[in-house]
Amino acid sequence: MSTQPTQAQRSAQLNSRRKFLLDSARAGGAATLIALGLGLYSKNSVSLPASAIRPPGALDEEDFLGACVRCGLCVRDCPFDTLKLASFGDRVTTGTPYFTARDIPCEMCDDIPCVKACPTGALDHSLENIDDARMGLAVLIDEENCLNFQGLRCDVCYRICPVIDKAITLEMEHNVRSGKHAFFIPTVHSDHCTGCGKCERACVLEDTAIRVMPFELAKGELGHHYRWGWKEKNKAGESLVAPDVEHQYNLPKGQSYDLQGEGLIIDDDSSDVSPFGNNPLDTLNKNSLNTRGAEK
Amino acid sequence: MSRLQTRSRHPGTDARAEKGWLIANKWLIARRFSQLSILSVFLLGPWFGIWLVTGNLNSSLILKTVPLTDPYVLLQSLFAGHSPETAAITGAVIVLLFYVLVGGRVYCSWVCPVNMITDTAQWLREHFKITGASSLSRKTRYWILAATLILPLVTGGISWELVNPVSMMHRGLIFGMGLAWFIIFAVFLLDLLVSRRAWCSHLCPVGAFYGLLGTHSLIRIRADAREQCDDCMDCFMVCPEQQVIRPALKGYIKKNSTEVIGPVITSSNCTNCGRCIDVCTKDVFHFGLRLNNNLNNNLDNNFKNLNNKQPNHSSGAEVL
Repeated sequence: MSTQPTQAQRSAQLNSRRKFLLDSARAGGAATLIALGLGLYSKNSVSLPASAIRPPGALDEEDFLGACVRCGLCVRDCPFDTLKLASFGDRVTTGTPYFTARDIPCEMCDDIPCVKACPTGALDHSLENIDDARMGLAVLIDEENCLNFQGLRCDVCYRICPVIDKAITLEMEHNVRSGKHAFFIPTVHSDHCTGCGKCERACVLEDTAIRVMPFELAKGELGHHYRWGWKEKNKAGESLVAPDVEHQYNLPKGQSYDLQGEGLIIDDDSSDVSPFGNNPLDTLNKNSLNTRGAEK
Repeated sequence: MSRLQTRSRHPGTDARAEKGWLIANKWLIARRFSQLSILSVFLLGPWFGIWLVTGNLNSSLILKTVPLTDPYVLLQSLFAGHSPETAAITGAVIVLLFYVLVGGRVYCSWVCPVNMITDTAQWLREHFKITGASSLSRKTRYWILAATLILPLVTGGISWELVNPVSMMHRGLIFGMGLAWFIIFAVFLLDLLVSRRAWCSHLCPVGAFYGLLGTHSLIRIRADAREQCDDCMDCFMVCPEQQVIRPALKGYIKKNSTEVIGPVITSSNCTNCGRCIDVCTKDVFHFGLRLNNNLNNNLDNNFKNLNNKQPNHSSGAEVL
């Protein structure tokens, strides 16, 4: 036998090489198809529904999806059954943990068991104080239905808030409708709100007026070149634009006006000098009485 | 070869007749027991409040102390740019060491819940004599494996977990299925109608990954009694990775060498399922170690010639 390959051997070799290339191309093609489809699906699945809230300490959504191995250990260690694991077909990425505040809110455990349970750090282990958690931001989204906005004293969202008087405060405003009452407006402060959702759960309305939203939906962002004049003034100790000129009121002698809230100030000893009474209302009432008398 | 062409019986019929039902199915029964036990241990918690293990196959915690993490999903996470906490790394190392030792694809045949689905599909396929259909390359899985590792680089997320039937079925059974049955059913139909063992032996990147882990695993199936083989082909018929048997059973010669290698099934794609042991009436196969894999001493010249005549790359024989 010679060492030269025969014709048949060579063609067999060529055929097998061709078959190998063809097989590889087909396998590679199939894998590419799958990869493209999956890649597209993967891109779309980054968007989390606004009503789904990640557990405390969760990384930013894009990082989270690269870090969470979908094991559900955080769900198991949640003592209040707050956390759910998304199943295939849910709008939340399959296998990842989330909660719906209106169903069961986060109870803000001091020891944060869900974060401790996370084996990968998709829930950031550097979160040690639950008050530092930022799961989202509560937004009083429906002023038209919120009872406090109508002048009622519901206050439930304020009372239930675990960070009461910091995350939610009641801001008193004049009730123009009645003219003699106050509105107590529940106001959320982003530097303290953890996004636990207890306010959303507690809202007494048929559907809640206050909702926890993802930060990127709930917060605007100031232009980075913006400077608030009054803060800059405080910092500098004086106006940065031009020295303030004291406003001169053209008031009768013995009267002055305070801009900081006092309003019109009338010196007592000068009252007899003035053509008007001590109380400006006297003058007004006198005029209206005169008008009514004339009509009669 | 003539028996293969004329046969109409199912593989395993002879073994059942000769060894009895129990012996002829013992490894299959052991595997089902293993698969169901592992699943049950996970289900004890949510169903009965007995928390021996929490989590799922992707990552779990045994008795609140020992972490276990799927090294494949952790690798994808690394490719997505995340540096995991030590618990996940420890868990992955434990799992890695175990499978490196016992054979990576032991995961496929002894742990993975999808195996029961695809085995059922294969059983029905044989029962209803569904044959042929599309031919997939067994290497497709490596391409898909590569794709699942490249995707996290591009998307920054663990993309494969969006559709992975393996974790989806296991997680689904423990935490709630949702529509995951769709994907499981798709895998079932694929194996039943599209191609023989299409999912586990051709496409699944999880199996491909674990296969690569077990390239040098210690525990292997050996065909030490290969002289007794009567070429009934039953082992070949039941094997989910048919290409792995011949080199061990018939010996093979490494490229540029005269050494004849056997009788250990060295291919990393062998799932150590032991089905070949079950169906063999001649007790050719048994579980053993990857040692003394050189037939030169006890091989007759006839066999050497036979092996030389057949080009190594034909009929799926392994070329190393």
